[in-house]
Amino acid sequence: MAKSTYYIPVGPIHPALKEPIRVEAEVEGEKIVKVDVKRGFAHRGIEYMGMKRNAIQTLYLSERICGICSISHPYAFVITAEKALGIEAPPRAQYIRTIIAELERIHSHILWLGVIAHEMGFDTLLFWTWKGREKVLDLLEFITGNRINYSMYMIGGARRDLKEKHIRAIKDAIDYYWKFTEHMKEIFLSDPVYKARTRNVAKVSKDIALKLNLVGPIARAAGIRMDVRQDMPYDAYADIDVRAVVPQDIVGEVYGDAYDVTMVRIYEIEQSLDIIEYCVDNLPEGKILAIPNYVALLAKIRRTKGEAIGAHEAPRGEVIHYLKFDGRDGPSVWKVIAPSYNNINSWGPLLIGAEVADIPIVVAYIDPCMCCNDRVAVVKTKDGNELGYTEIRKKCLEKTEKIRRELK
Amino acid sequence: MTPETIFYSVAFPLLGVFLGLVYKGIDRRISARLTSRIGPPIRQPFWDVGKLLLKETIVPKNAIAWLFNAMPILAFASSLTLLLYIPFGVLKAPLEGYGDLVVILYLLTLQSLAMAIGGFASGSPFSSVGAQREMVLMMSYEMPLATVIVGFALIYRSFSLTTIASTPVWSIVSPLAAFGVLLLFVALLTVTPAELAKLPFDIAEAETEIAEGMLAEYSGRNLALFYLSDAVRGFAMAAIEVVLFFPFTLSSILGLSLTGFALYAVEALWFLLKVLIIYLLAVTLVRTSFGRFKIDQASRIFWVHVNLVALLGLALIWVGV
Repeated sequence: MAKSTYYIPVGPIHPALKEPIRVEAEVEGEKIVKVDVKRGFAHRGIEYMGMKRNAIQTLYLSERICGICSISHPYAFVITAEKALGIEAPPRAQYIRTIIAELERIHSHILWLGVIAHEMGFDTLLFWTWKGREKVLDLLEFITGNRINYSMYMIGGARRDLKEKHIRAIKDAIDYYWKFTEHMKEIFLSDPVYKARTRNVAKVSKDIALKLNLVGPIARAAGIRMDVRQDMPYDAYADIDVRAVVPQDIVGEVYGDAYDVTMVRIYEIEQSLDIIEYCVDNLPEGKILAIPNYVALLAKIRRTKGEAIGAHEAPRGEVIHYLKFDGRDGPSVWKVIAPSYNNINSWGPLLIGAEVADIPIVVAYIDPCMCCNDRVAVVKTKDGNELGYTEIRKKCLEKTEKIRRELK
Repeated sequence: MTPETIFYSVAFPLLGVFLGLVYKGIDRRISARLTSRIGPPIRQPFWDVGKLLLKETIVPKNAIAWLFNAMPILAFASSLTLLLYIPFGVLKAPLEGYGDLVVILYLLTLQSLAMAIGGFASGSPFSSVGAQREMVLMMSYEMPLATVIVGFALIYRSFSLTTIASTPVWSIVSPLAAFGVLLLFVALLTVTPAELAKLPFDIAEAETEIAEGMLAEYSGRNLALFYLSDAVRGFAMAAIEVVLFFPFTLSSILGLSLTGFALYAVEALWFLLKVLIIYLLAVTLVRTSFGRFKIDQASRIFWVHVNLVALLGLALIWVGV
């Protein structure tokens, strides 16, 4: 009998994926009938490393958790650390942190728009959106010294001040992006091919979104009004009335598909522009660090015993950090929850019944960040048994021995 | 067969391969400029082919080796044969009188078919999905393509390309039929990217979905042959469109009375310019300004919309002639 289903392995290396993950799909013609998502290819043990360093080192290590939202993890980290230490950043630093976080949201969202265009083969749109993204990257480089991994935050404040020339540059960029976003709305939302490829693709109902615990733009596109900036405001967001961007407010109806996600993301860029405008206009005067002396800060951390949970609304959804200080100058426990961890759960249900052509869009529409969400690597034997610590260690030693023998 | 014909039948394919690669280079360059990139140099396709020819040719373990290796040769051979049926400017097609438009239709199909069979034979799931898509796409665009050819047969009462090239179609039809011919032209332009597997109809090779699909397992010499046949096919398709719809010679437009070598040189350059314009319009611009369709959407476009346009054109010609 002829085989009626094909097994299509997407990943760990595949043109649709920017980072390693594996989607195993069984297809019948163009239709997917069975799907399995396997993660854990990008586990680097960052949390463990953080628990061996002091808190300031760990803060900059947390920037390296994610390649794109390199300010989201530090933001959640400083909020958590400040909560645990019982200090508060000076108002000016709070505003500066908010500005940087929102600039990052703009560049991350534009990046996603380019990626989703590329996934449907629309490379011209990719080049065009990424050309527009250069401006905010240049601005971030001008302010912080780096296009990515800004090293801008510090527990209890920010490391660099905004000068007059920075504020002028920010205002310039805001003007540019108001126009650019208008353009993007026209190009993405009214393009027939784009609509044909995204409407009713990767459709998440409110019910499923709640059940699967989806977060960020995906949950908002499904019509759930959730946003950490709205629900648990921190820093300058407390002064600004941030409202979650949901499709029912924009067009009056909710589909929860990739098209709605696009819409939510584009309107969130506008929201970010509003927030930055407010922050720049109302930037308070004063110092930018609560404890300017780092040695004193580390001493305070050493004296602190306590734990805290903090969250930040990253471009992809909520980032949650848990920290426990226990007499060391760094965290004795550090736990990170990244938004992609929840959002990748939606792949399975969304891919079943979808077409092969939808795989890249379903995979890309949550803007997955594999290295954010890989927390553990499980080693299995061929018959499916998990290997424990001692066995893995034994195997490591055996391998080392083998290599040593071969080298001789 | 005269010695002249034999000379042409060697020279034409060589020239066609060269021009196909040059046009591919120009296409890549202009497409890059349209997306605000610098783009590769125009000779890049030659380097690509050279590199591919040097690389190792790998045959997957679970592929049907002879079929897998034969298909690139078949595709390349059919694309070269295709060139022999195209009147080049004022030159006659070398194989004129040995088969015409219908043969061209088959030769075009044969290349897509060779790629699809090669895809099925390579034993990779990506290639299989790609080949399935190619088959579906072929079934969709063959009908409008055939309609165009039937339309021309209605006008000329002949399938011969040289006959068509010698008298411009616009000069012998009534205004009503001329409108029909225009509709056929639109239909053929829409079919072109699908025939050449270019965006928005490169569904069978979708990079982000199925990792180049049918070509996923091809490498080295085999891939070079597919690359060459793709280049030649692009040139040939644009050339066919020029011959069918814009066979005007430069000397008839400007009223020049050139003879001998000058005539051939001027007309050849004029022909190449026309082909380039059609190529840029039908391939470069389209592939730069669209995203990829899904296979069912593409099928619907061809079966419903393009077919309607083509059949309407055919009906108008039938009434008008």
